[in-house]
Amino acid sequence: MPFVTAGDPDLDFTAAVLQELQSRGCHLCELGIPYSDPIADGPVIQASYTRALDRKTRLADILQMTSRTAPTLSMPVVSMVSYTIIYRRGLAQYVAAAKAAGIAGAIVPDLPVAEASQLAEICRREDFSLIQLVAPTTPRERAVRIAESSTGFLYYVSVAGITGERTELPPDLVDNVAWLRTRTQLPICIGFGISQPEHVKRLAPVADGLIVGSAIVRRIAEAGCRPRDQVLAEIGAYATELLNALQT
Amino acid sequence: MTRPTMLPEAATGKMPDAAGRFGQYGGRYVPETLTRALDQLTDEYQRAVQDPSFGAALDELFRDFVGRPSPLYHARRLSQQCGGAQIWFKREDVNHTGAHKINNTLGQALLTMRMGKQRVIAETGAGQHGVATATACAHFGLPCVVYMGEEDVRRQAPNVFSMRLLGAEVRPVTSGSRTLRDAINEAMRDWMASVETTHYILGSVVGPHPFPRIVRDFQSVIGREARQQCLDRLQRLPDTIVACVGGGSNAAGMFFPFIEDREVELVGVEAGGRSDRPGDHAASLSFGSPGVLHGSFSYVMQDEDGQTSDVHSLSAGLDYPGVGPEHSYWKDTGRVRYVPCRDDAVLDAFDQVARSEGILPALETAHALAKAMEIAAGRPKDQMILVCLSGRGDKDAAEIARLRSAAK
Repeated sequence: MPFVTAGDPDLDFTAAVLQELQSRGCHLCELGIPYSDPIADGPVIQASYTRALDRKTRLADILQMTSRTAPTLSMPVVSMVSYTIIYRRGLAQYVAAAKAAGIAGAIVPDLPVAEASQLAEICRREDFSLIQLVAPTTPRERAVRIAESSTGFLYYVSVAGITGERTELPPDLVDNVAWLRTRTQLPICIGFGISQPEHVKRLAPVADGLIVGSAIVRRIAEAGCRPRDQVLAEIGAYATELLNALQT
Repeated sequence: MTRPTMLPEAATGKMPDAAGRFGQYGGRYVPETLTRALDQLTDEYQRAVQDPSFGAALDELFRDFVGRPSPLYHARRLSQQCGGAQIWFKREDVNHTGAHKINNTLGQALLTMRMGKQRVIAETGAGQHGVATATACAHFGLPCVVYMGEEDVRRQAPNVFSMRLLGAEVRPVTSGSRTLRDAINEAMRDWMASVETTHYILGSVVGPHPFPRIVRDFQSVIGREARQQCLDRLQRLPDTIVACVGGGSNAAGMFFPFIEDREVELVGVEAGGRSDRPGDHAASLSFGSPGVLHGSFSYVMQDEDGQTSDVHSLSAGLDYPGVGPEHSYWKDTGRVRYVPCRDDAVLDAFDQVARSEGILPALETAHALAKAMEIAAGRPKDQMILVCLSGRGDKDAAEIARLRSAAK
């Protein structure tokens, strides 16, 4: 499951990346809606948000792009979006507009369960997934409660920290996810830090999906200064490498 | 866009509720990773306020280390020059480290140790909170990292030296606008990864619950003392209280003990900058709209998509696109009146207070002084206007000289 920032370096390229990832067999794509103050994101994704915002990428333009692109994809696209942006648009309006533009759900990294009831209600009514996150710092009983209120899948944050590629993942990650597996029917997808085929091999047995963000965004960043076809092919090849690791 | 709902009830001092709400404002909009640390902090703070030894330790630090109570001072020459009401200062500038910020950092440093955390991080704008945090950490032997926007590192250089002399590591932040807002982002990101061992000493009444409440409570020593001093010396409460508002910690600490004294007028002064145009000021309550920034729901300067807008203030401490949620609540209930003050009026007030009273106020504080002088001029001589003199201006001397020579 790749993560791609909408509008980096522009929306045409984002659409091309979505097509490329789909053709390589990715199962779902997270589309990052750029935000000016993303506190959960590391330098790579921050910089991509800044590039997109510097080009005046607006929410309306992003939704226009997905409404053209999403119908041509068989993999669902979910938005990774700050609550600030949803609130500004209006909760119901955001859900309606995103759904109409072919987006299947939202991951709202700054909206913990306790603050999510209003949005969750709207999402339920509209059959729009509201994907909740569990962190390594989440106590187990709270993790179960979060799983109960999540829809679509459950996002398991692999490490306490911000997004970004890491060589090592926590030793207890597999056990923790395996435990949660016994307590929820929901698919569990793991994200943060995952970038190498070895990570994929290790986590594939316990997870229903693995989310790869910064490693892809870092490759996309090169589209600003190198031939786009070449960059696109490299992103595709990287996706294939990780997908192959999934099979083994 | 969702419209703010006006609160029908009068403002009370019983906020926030258990979820950290001041009316509709506040709350906790942060990544799940931070939730447990915020719960821990909430619980530990509850235990601390019920523990007499905590209050006693803080009182002793306030008295022997900070130099509290801070004086209530009658600015006679300034009052005379304004030709109206009597202007009084609550002298937070004479505190150890030169501003009100130390009240909060000592309280939170005590909480850090109660929670068994071994490292402290902080953000700073003008550098006053950074110095106050570095001071508290040096006092207790805690390692300290301070995030500071690169632009602020430049314009508040004396405070950067002080922090380093106190043993803190100052990390310049080069993302975004390179000011306070980005310093908070960076401190939050550090905290995401270090949350098990590190406490984040947030410096204003902003951020996720329970910070707005904790910081307000520690700063309320300002208003509690001032209220008692007014009663002891003048046998009355002030007619009007004026304080500057960036994030709003000195104002919250000053106003809170007077919130239920309905007869006392409360005025918060925001950075009006160069003009009312977007990007030229940092007056979130005057010109912003409700939204989420840095973990809480409050007034914020934002564009139509909800992206945080760039703001401007000549004072680093007010150069912030958000404001504490309790101020948003006080604004909507009408309990506090918030007004912007322009840069040129701020510099004039700075000069006048320096020359008529022999006090160099911080540029942040000079916003409140400018507005207080304007209000005093139109009021009768027997009225009393109390200004929270939140900090001293030594840190600003070089920046003021630079602004002056640029203007010539």
